[in-house]
Amino acid sequence: MKNKENKKLTGSQIVIEALHRENTEVVFGYPGGAIMNVYDEIYKQNYFQHILTKHEQAAVHAADAYARSTGKVGVAIVTSGPGFTNAVTGLATAYTDSIPMVVISGQVPTAVIGTDAFQEIDAVGISRSCTKHNFLVNDVKDLTRVMKIAFHIASSGRPGPVHIDLPKDVTADLADFNYEQEFDLPTYKPTTKGNIRQIKAALEHISKAKRPLLYVGGGAVLSNCYEDIREFAHQTKIPVVETLMARGIMRSDDELLFGMLGMHGEYAANMAMSQTDMIICLGARFDDRVTGRLDVFAKKAHVVHVDIDPASIAKIVKPNYPIVGDLAIVMKQILEHTKDFEFNDYSPWVDKLHGFRKEHPLRFKEDSDRLKPQWVIQRTGEILGDDALISTDVGQHQMWTAQFYPFNYPRQWMTSGGLGTMGVGLPYAMGVKRGNPDKISVNFTGDGSIMMNIQEIITCTQYNLPHINIILNNNYLGMVRQWQTRFYEDRLAETILDTQADFKMLCKSMGGVGYKVHTKEEFDKALKDAVDSNKPAMIEVIVDRREEVLPMVPNGHALDEMLLLGDK
Amino acid sequence: MNNFKDFYNSEEKREVLSVVVINKESVLSRIVDLFSARGYNIDSLTVAPIPDSEYSRITIITVGRARVIDQIVKQLNKLVPVLKVTEHKDVIEKDTVLIKVPIDQNLSDVDVLARAYNGAIQNVTENAIVISATDEPKRIANFIKIIEKYKPLEIVRSGVVAMER
Repeated sequence: MKNKENKKLTGSQIVIEALHRENTEVVFGYPGGAIMNVYDEIYKQNYFQHILTKHEQAAVHAADAYARSTGKVGVAIVTSGPGFTNAVTGLATAYTDSIPMVVISGQVPTAVIGTDAFQEIDAVGISRSCTKHNFLVNDVKDLTRVMKIAFHIASSGRPGPVHIDLPKDVTADLADFNYEQEFDLPTYKPTTKGNIRQIKAALEHISKAKRPLLYVGGGAVLSNCYEDIREFAHQTKIPVVETLMARGIMRSDDELLFGMLGMHGEYAANMAMSQTDMIICLGARFDDRVTGRLDVFAKKAHVVHVDIDPASIAKIVKPNYPIVGDLAIVMKQILEHTKDFEFNDYSPWVDKLHGFRKEHPLRFKEDSDRLKPQWVIQRTGEILGDDALISTDVGQHQMWTAQFYPFNYPRQWMTSGGLGTMGVGLPYAMGVKRGNPDKISVNFTGDGSIMMNIQEIITCTQYNLPHINIILNNNYLGMVRQWQTRFYEDRLAETILDTQADFKMLCKSMGGVGYKVHTKEEFDKALKDAVDSNKPAMIEVIVDRREEVLPMVPNGHALDEMLLLGDK
Repeated sequence: MNNFKDFYNSEEKREVLSVVVINKESVLSRIVDLFSARGYNIDSLTVAPIPDSEYSRITIITVGRARVIDQIVKQLNKLVPVLKVTEHKDVIEKDTVLIKVPIDQNLSDVDVLARAYNGAIQNVTENAIVISATDEPKRIANFIKIIEKYKPLEIVRSGVVAMER
């Protein structure tokens, strides 16, 4: 495919060539009428693999997880109308967690746009509110520019999904193709370096604080700077709490890490946030699940907030030291000047946090015949540890995994944090395996979530993407059930799942291996078998039905008002 | 301490924003969508191309607390086709109104009133006259109130354009 530059190509060929130049190695997708020209070129090319999922939603989730686990831009292609609307949940999930993706959809020909043609929908109108940016390409002459800019926008600044809507005639029309050409984007220039005077002023204040706290969020994962954050924490001995999205930034056994904070955060983490006098927020956004009741949140604290998105700063909490910039660059700037300041001895503060941890450690009680879900997660961590990349669905199992799996490096953990999308787990495990063939891909899921994209087991069989779904089966939509028990006098409205598939047979029927386990011994054996099988696997674990996720900050309560194990 | 009372609890105030955008990728609907998705107010919105450029100027009048205004400006800036957002402090604002008055009203009164608001009769037919006036938005609102007496058939306002002094 040499000398393609400066020769006329069809719109479809431009898409393929552009994807190739963006180093795309895999595309997840699903063909259909309006996108057929592009699929014809996919058929002819050898640049990348195309993975045909069973549902467009799963294709976009898989591309999302590929991006989360590798740091590259995920790519998905779908057709117009229902193909696109099925992809919307995937776009929204990636958007709320700032995941770089390019999603291309087919559209009816430009001549019939607006006539309610077959499989026509106003795709860019729909995706506007759940993408970082979107394009409707009306002229093939714009396509090269759009493809190049889409990848640039998706992966720069605060990352996010970009949607390109491609009318069918545009995919057939001819245009020059020169991907080397630079395109100026005068209206899009993300700030990268932090203001150095502000950084120094913040460091000065931090050095004099008594109880500073590093509050680390998903931005730390996205900007690939965990080593510098660890370095800064260790140099200054400032304790760290992580958001759900930031698990793995610190090693799980780090003496300075006091766990995840928030609604289901660790007691010590929430107490730390409630009592700190200096919040150093690195790429987090003071989400409502983190702050609890806002008017009493971190009352005693000054705030340093580093974020690449100016709109994240002062959206919820107004910082004393706002620093706009790429966290990776700002951390370098911070480390460069750390030695200029004499930091207080924070050990009394760290000791205090150890005291909190001792008082109420993260724990669970083994007091029934049934396995505890937390044990299953902890045990998986003991057996697989750093060899596994962990995805989850959404619900109780997700919180237990965040609490009990020993995450030791970033991008080890794929979860839908912002949108909370049930059904992502299996496609996530697929995308993770495709991006990281040498790792074991595990999906912790529930008996509710797993059914939302169960069909993708076949896809994983077809494309040889082995992974292990560990279904923590409590025959409930557990998280909603927990709230119903606590706040709705145990009226279990539509949360009892007593009619279920035989997961073992279900997985087998789609080419995988299945296990149903009741005991610790059975679980150990099933996990080992599943790893050795090198096939898509399902381990259904019958767990204590009424186990709750604790601690819990009930809605509308302050972060230090936690329900703890044993509270009724 | 992290205590910014003015920021969180300030009174709502009126703000004139001038947003320079690139004329591409349905930028107007992006801006309108942003306001509705995030629950911000639009009191007035006008758009016109900036001569000899690929840009347009959108003038938005909005109302909100300091914290909300801060977010509006940041969220607007975040939109890819937005070049620049200016919060106007000291501005000249102008609003134009077209009013159709039935011919059987006291036209000399109407004419005097129109002139009092920098306006004039623009068109006359056998059934009605059309007057126009351009003035500060508050005065235009006043003008409309007064002209009600003459049973106007139709009133069209342009929305506000603004420029820093």
